[in-house]
Amino acid sequence: MVRTLLIRGMLVGFLAGLLVFGFARVFGEPQVDRAIAFETAMDDARIKADAARGIHDAAEPELVSRPMQASYGLLTGVMVYGTAFGGLFALVFAFANGRLVALGPRAVSGLLGLLGFVAFYLVPNLKYPANPPSVGHPDTIGLRTELYVVMMALSIAAMVAAVMLCRRLAFRYGAWSAATIAAASYIAAVAVAAWALPAIDEVPGDFPAVVLWNFRTDSFGMQLLLWTTLGLGFGVLTGRADADRGRRSMRQISAAWR
Amino acid sequence: MALFQPGGTLDPQEFQMSDTTFHPDGVVTPIPVREILPWLIFGALMLLAIYFVGAEEGATAIVPGMYVHEWVHDSRHLLGFPCH
Repeated sequence: MVRTLLIRGMLVGFLAGLLVFGFARVFGEPQVDRAIAFETAMDDARIKADAARGIHDAAEPELVSRPMQASYGLLTGVMVYGTAFGGLFALVFAFANGRLVALGPRAVSGLLGLLGFVAFYLVPNLKYPANPPSVGHPDTIGLRTELYVVMMALSIAAMVAAVMLCRRLAFRYGAWSAATIAAASYIAAVAVAAWALPAIDEVPGDFPAVVLWNFRTDSFGMQLLLWTTLGLGFGVLTGRADADRGRRSMRQISAAWR
Repeated sequence: MALFQPGGTLDPQEFQMSDTTFHPDGVVTPIPVREILPWLIFGALMLLAIYFVGAEEGATAIVPGMYVHEWVHDSRHLLGFPCH
């Protein structure tokens, strides 16, 4: 049972990865190219200024060419990411189905997709948004990664706590009120976390605002596409398997009446 | 196969919980936790895979060099991880 779910989850994640790759190729890559053009212009200016003062900067060796990064490199990254999140999604679903809410597998899957998107991407990225190349000092990569992971962990922990709170309250106040209280608690918890953690602002003053905005909305779109595909796609496949079982037992019961 | 005994009561021999799945989208019996636990090893593998896309050769490194970082560079930026 868990094995079937895990394989199904990774399959849906793989397909989601393909969709996300298409989206990223069309919308995301032009922004990455513009950001890299900005970076190159900055570097060229610095090299020229240094050369005028008699300092010769060593050019950075290019390990992977830009066309490779933008095609097979991007494909590898989003496919691995999509498949891995599909697998994790399936494991969470295996636990949540029949435990989380009094709903069928399609609704549980859709709900997990929504909660996963909010907890894993939306909230951590409201605090530490996605940045295109040339935004962010290489020296602070350790700190930035740490803070991002901490914010994500807090968001996930708060989400798990909110879901458990919701279950507990549902018996006393009904599902709607319980969900409202749980959502408010989650927002309050992540707001406190976002307020307590240090801010990071490393956007160069003359970096084009439109490129930054578009890059971030494209990143948002990729994740929305991924989690929507996971939530609904996994639900469709699991719901169908479940409906088949339902029809079989219906046939059994009608046979019993003959 | 007789689901009901004479007199209309359910025959406990024939009746199974899975037969109650009348509704195609009905609530199902949860999978026991002890059945899920061994599969969490795959969950750890998934996390490792996400780490390689998101942070390898950035803040920390398992494989020396910068090749993994450069190969997944664009996806790392676009998926929202800190980079450079």
